Amino acid sequence: MKKLLLGDEAVALGAINAGLSGVYAYPGTPSTEITEYIQNHPLAKERGVHSRWCTNEKTAMEAALGMSYAGKRALVCMKHVGMNVCADAFVNSAITGVKGGLIVLAADDPSMHSSQNEQDSRFYAKFALVPCLEPSNQQEAYDMMAYGFELSEKLGEPIVLRVVTRLAHSRAAVEVTEPKEEKLLSPATDQWVLLPGIARKKYVALLEKQDAMKLASAESPYNKVETSTKKTGILACGIAYNYVKEAFGNDANLVKISQYPLPEEKIKTLAAKCDDLLVIEDGQPVVEELVTGLLGAGYPVRGRLTGDLPRTGELTPDNVAKALGKEAGAVFVPAKNMAARPPQLCQGCGHRDVYAALNAVLADYPEHRVFGDIGCYTLGALPPFQSLSSCVDMGASITMAKGAADAGLFPSVAVIGDSTFTHSGMTGLLDAVNDKSNITVIISDNLTTGMTGGQDSAGTNKYEAICLGLGVEPEHVRVVVPLPKNMPEITRVIREEIEYKGVSVIIPRRECIQTFARHAKERKAEKK
Amino acid sequence: MKKDIILCGVGGQGILSIATIIGEAATKAGLYLKQAEVHGMSQRGGDVQSNLRLSIEPIWSDLIAEAGAELIISMEPMEAMRYLAYLSKDGKIVTSSKPFVNIPNYPDEEALQKELDTLPSIKLDIETVAKDCGNPRGANMVLLGMAAPAIGILSVESLREAISTVFARKGEQVVEANLKAFDAGVKAGM
Repeated sequence: MKKLLLGDEAVALGAINAGLSGVYAYPGTPSTEITEYIQNHPLAKERGVHSRWCTNEKTAMEAALGMSYAGKRALVCMKHVGMNVCADAFVNSAITGVKGGLIVLAADDPSMHSSQNEQDSRFYAKFALVPCLEPSNQQEAYDMMAYGFELSEKLGEPIVLRVVTRLAHSRAAVEVTEPKEEKLLSPATDQWVLLPGIARKKYVALLEKQDAMKLASAESPYNKVETSTKKTGILACGIAYNYVKEAFGNDANLVKISQYPLPEEKIKTLAAKCDDLLVIEDGQPVVEELVTGLLGAGYPVRGRLTGDLPRTGELTPDNVAKALGKEAGAVFVPAKNMAARPPQLCQGCGHRDVYAALNAVLADYPEHRVFGDIGCYTLGALPPFQSLSSCVDMGASITMAKGAADAGLFPSVAVIGDSTFTHSGMTGLLDAVNDKSNITVIISDNLTTGMTGGQDSAGTNKYEAICLGLGVEPEHVRVVVPLPKNMPEITRVIREEIEYKGVSVIIPRRECIQTFARHAKERKAEKK
Repeated sequence: MKKDIILCGVGGQGILSIATIIGEAATKAGLYLKQAEVHGMSQRGGDVQSNLRLSIEPIWSDLIAEAGAELIISMEPMEAMRYLAYLSKDGKIVTSSKPFVNIPNYPDEEALQKELDTLPSIKLDIETVAKDCGNPRGANMVLLGMAAPAIGILSVESLREAISTVFARKGEQVVEANLKAFDAGVKAGM
């Protein structure tokens, strides 16, 4: 049966039909739809497949490893920067090894459509010494789930599955297979205790598996060779393969690479019969560097590092065609009457009222800085508010405000969302409390994870309790309702807490207007 | 035979519903299809677009190349022109004529309409047409109707059927209202 699926949905359905027992994830573009699809899928519901959102990617990775320990198949999903958050657990999961199949899905975002960087998760797979699968289309994304779980169980190692935005968020028809049964509970019997003495042995065992991983790549159905009489050989990684096929059809001398470690013999054979190699890969020049090492300095390897393809940004049919000498180019000149239309906070959004109040108070403190965080409210950096001085990573608002306050900056203010606070803000707040740092933390609580489309937020209804539990003084945990009519009260509260020499937390709380509208619609439908 | 379409507008205007309906019709007709969209932050009041590729042969790239799109279907006149680099030599723009102004530096409206007129385009105040046929939220269906004859690879009738299928779960009234808006668009586009 064929189904029209987003790349993310293909991953989700592939996992369910491969006998998945649990998905563990924190929402992040472009990976969010995977978990949402599993949450809403009838068979996953019937089987009780775990799919509730996790507090962050580290808790997700660890829970998935626990499920694997118990012998069942688990999937961890995140956007690329989530790999940084779960890196400790992920890298060590290669040392412990796995029991039930474990796939770590990283959705990379070259061109930073919705991200702070364009880091390439293939580096993480190499760093942890585990295989990486990189589908070129939706069908492969589906098929690679069953394939990946089997490979993971065969090797006893986690498998990284790397997708990019253009695959994650593109739809195509996928041939769907019959669902397999889940694995039975069968906990691991070997020791996963990474004390140095055991870890040293396990690390050697991981190194000894490298040949098996290379063999799996050499024999992989996803690493294909195509031949022609062309003198330039092409290494087409992941979705790059599609752009090459679009330009050259069947007339290309290429190795399609969708499984790592690199299929070295196939690459050497291609190099031997060609004059040079062009490496086409989305993201960072991972393969270009590796192949330069593999073939030696004398062999001409071209790609992003040599300027044949742009050093930054995603691949497109146009920049690939250009690198292949087949550029078509635009027919029409760009429009004259044109302006950028950046995203903006919704009309009626509570974050707007928070920034309006904050700006009004801080106008009296010219030395102030506001440290931002990751969410819709990062848009407070843009006009009309222009309130923020920084946005670095999940949770950094609080800790950066603390560091700046330690240096003597005043007022030092942090703005963080509810979901981001529970993801990575709580530990930083504890540091600030222990140091009695002079900071004002605003947890702008819209009762959801807004930017990714309104997923449940782990700490809803618990924020005051969390702050008190971490040791913020009760009289300096203040809750307000961000509405224009409450402006006098909100500005008064902000002013009082800025003037307090210590840690204070202000929680402006009003539901995201997007989820509010959705909930109102649902309630109306229920009444009918 | 293939048809590469860029669907565009401002986040929240309903371009993804148009994509869903064309996708449904294409799947039923047994066409190959790829549809790339952008989710996440760009949804909020910013420019949004979707690349929709239909063909009788397998499709490789998820994205349309420059000068590759036979059709730009836009919910907003300035957004229609944002993707000119992708319009093919014999391509066509089908757009709403009514600006959506949510930025302080929106271009001069008269100059914008003039420039649009120099391009191979048809435009219509789809919101007024939608209101006139009693379905103020059906502007996107009016636009789809306007574009339907130009889609070509799918018949107008197959798009009507797809509207019925996609909106079926919302009840007969919604289906009828959307078909009415669609038909008004077809009529206006001819």
